[in-house]
Amino acid sequence: MGRVDPILAPPGCPSGKQEIPTSQLDPYGHQLDLSPYVAATLDGIRSLDLVIQGAHCAGCVAKIERGLSSLPGIEKARMNLSTLRLHTRWSGTEIDANDIVKTLSRLGFGAAPYIIDEAQSRSDAELKFLLRAIAVAGFAVMNVMLLSIAVWSGHGEMSARTHTFFHWVSAFIAIPAIAYSGRPFFKSAWSALSHRNTNMDVPISLAIVLACTLSVYETVNGNPDIYFDAAVMLVFLLLIGRYLDARLRMRTGEAARRLAAMQVTSATRIIATGGIETVSAAAVRPGDRLLIPAGQRLPVDCKIEDGTSEVDMHIATGESRPQTFGPGDSLYSGTINLTTPLTVQAIALSSNSFLSEITRLVEAGEQSKSRFVKIADQAARVYVPFVHSVAALTFFGWLLAGADLRAAALCAIAVLIITCPCALGLAVPAVQVVAAGRLYKRGVLIRSGDALERLAKTSEVIFDKTGTLTMGEFQLLNAASLTPEQLGYAATLAKHSNHPISRALHAYAGSYKTEDVSEIPGKGLSGVIDGVLVKLGSADWTGTQNKDVKLGASWLSIGKALPIQLEFEDQPRADALETIAKLKAQGLKIQLLSGDQKSIAEKSARELGIAQWRGEVSPKQKMDILHQRRSEGGYPLMVGDGINDAPAMAAAYCSASPATAADVARSAADIILQGDKLSGLPFAFDTAKRAHRRVTENLAFAVLYNIVAIPLAIFGLVNPLIAALAMSGSSLIVTLNALRMARS
Amino acid sequence: MSALLWLIPVALGLGLIGLFAFFWSMRHGQFDDPDGDASRILYSEDKPIVDGD
Repeated sequence: MGRVDPILAPPGCPSGKQEIPTSQLDPYGHQLDLSPYVAATLDGIRSLDLVIQGAHCAGCVAKIERGLSSLPGIEKARMNLSTLRLHTRWSGTEIDANDIVKTLSRLGFGAAPYIIDEAQSRSDAELKFLLRAIAVAGFAVMNVMLLSIAVWSGHGEMSARTHTFFHWVSAFIAIPAIAYSGRPFFKSAWSALSHRNTNMDVPISLAIVLACTLSVYETVNGNPDIYFDAAVMLVFLLLIGRYLDARLRMRTGEAARRLAAMQVTSATRIIATGGIETVSAAAVRPGDRLLIPAGQRLPVDCKIEDGTSEVDMHIATGESRPQTFGPGDSLYSGTINLTTPLTVQAIALSSNSFLSEITRLVEAGEQSKSRFVKIADQAARVYVPFVHSVAALTFFGWLLAGADLRAAALCAIAVLIITCPCALGLAVPAVQVVAAGRLYKRGVLIRSGDALERLAKTSEVIFDKTGTLTMGEFQLLNAASLTPEQLGYAATLAKHSNHPISRALHAYAGSYKTEDVSEIPGKGLSGVIDGVLVKLGSADWTGTQNKDVKLGASWLSIGKALPIQLEFEDQPRADALETIAKLKAQGLKIQLLSGDQKSIAEKSARELGIAQWRGEVSPKQKMDILHQRRSEGGYPLMVGDGINDAPAMAAAYCSASPATAADVARSAADIILQGDKLSGLPFAFDTAKRAHRRVTENLAFAVLYNIVAIPLAIFGLVNPLIAALAMSGSSLIVTLNALRMARS
Repeated sequence: MSALLWLIPVALGLGLIGLFAFFWSMRHGQFDDPDGDASRILYSEDKPIVDGD
């Protein structure tokens, strides 16, 4: 979010890039009990880890660290800008965890407790291990290469003793290094083989192991050619590719988890004695009685016990206008209570409830996505049997031709080494890492490499309306036809309400003195300003006789004067029109599916230039439309933000959601668009197409290279020097080709 | 040749020292926050750095 709502905005940031935390409707944690997240060490020092939202730059980090270190008792406040985690340590009793969160809020940043989960600590550990493996492999490569170059350049002049000595030293460096650093490949190859599958790691591991075995044999027998350098170089180069890929996945995973953490809600529970306590939403049990203040998002599904209020349902149904609910009605979690505080009872998710139905549909969709076979695996399926059969044929061919066992084995192993799973192994990851990095800088998170591949094949884009193409908020259209005084009165009244229509008026100044302000759900606001009764609300409420009621109108009546019509509309995002035009120019078909009323959907479709549209579509209908498109042979991308979009997103070929989407939509999405903009989408398409071209080029190059190299190996023309040059050369070319994408 | 017999182990030893130094710095979390560390040197600190590491 980057807009500034003058009523709700926090103080600015020195660099001007600070964002407003997403959870401003549900200010997190001020009274929340943070004690489960505080760790106490010996000698009375307590520590707390938080995820910070809204911090972009070094200036924000300095602001946070300085602001916190001025609190009494703080021992350490250090923020990690790469992961946006804040580590704080304090002692003594002057401050507690909530003081820290309050200080952060005062500085203008959102904070949520940082909860390390299993998957994350595993990926952190994996990343650290890969870095260490690269360090060891790097050390080994450099030293073995040192010795190899000496051997190659001393060819003919070097004595046999020195030659053999160098080989032994190389062996002692290379073998432990490969045993340590080669583990990721060996483990992956082993697990593939034990499931009777092959992947790229099988030929890689085979090449490494055979090269080492052969080289040891040659060293022991004092023969001239060894391949330790090729083996270690293979490990080193491929590990770099693997590390970059893992780092990118971790970064996007972190960003996605941060978004999820900021949506964690607190709930106000009414305890038996009648008092209230603030707990985390996860701690709410069915049957608990909760208090939902006006303006807060519902933390769980519940039934209203007491109170009548208007509720913004758009996250569940896609409708832009709030509806009124009273005692006995059930409400979904994630909807926003707008006007009056409600007392509710949390209800159990029954097996046929709305949310569990959605979850089931989403899971069904996810399964079909996992059947997508990545390009790299498709290539492996062809490559692996081919190379192995050529090697075997070479071996037997030479034996038949009368060569001895050693010569035949040398040729066969040379075939395996030279076909360089290096280039093939780097061809796809190199491109995907660069592409995803480019997208990340533009605020587009791609969940996985195969999402990029699917995006390149996408032929049509299906949009949800409310919250995706529109902001999900109303704006006043006819401010010009009101006098400043009328506008001021309206704005003054509106300050007291969180209704979307009132929020639209927050942007206008209104600072008259008001008395007796009240808000009636389903009707409107009323108050006394300068002695005059002012009302803002529905036609009935303001008593207008005017039958010419425009869609989305509210009325303002001041005293006995004739009520004035105020037109509100859920405006499209600033760049929606431009984005759709760009997508059309890229050759994609566009469709609009909305849960909102048909007339509103039609208007939006017209304004944005979308020819195909449908209104009043239920979540199941959305999903059916997606299934139909897929069975007709299309490749649809679904863009949605609400719970009602999630099954359709899971059923689509590819999916995207804005960062402000509901939890389940975000986790179903392949692509997350950060900020308020949709413009990341055409850019993502462009990047995906370019990435696809690079991958094809890289694979073509790998094939071409193999066509040249295999005959050389079959006829025994390959020696260690040629192998090393071939490997490093082909890997370099493939990587440089991938980097061509980084310059835009 | 005799020179090589001790020169090579010395070279490897120096390399290993570098490797262990890298492992040590990894264990102490020096690679955990590349973006933050890069911008941290640009602060103009007037107050003493809060202690704790």
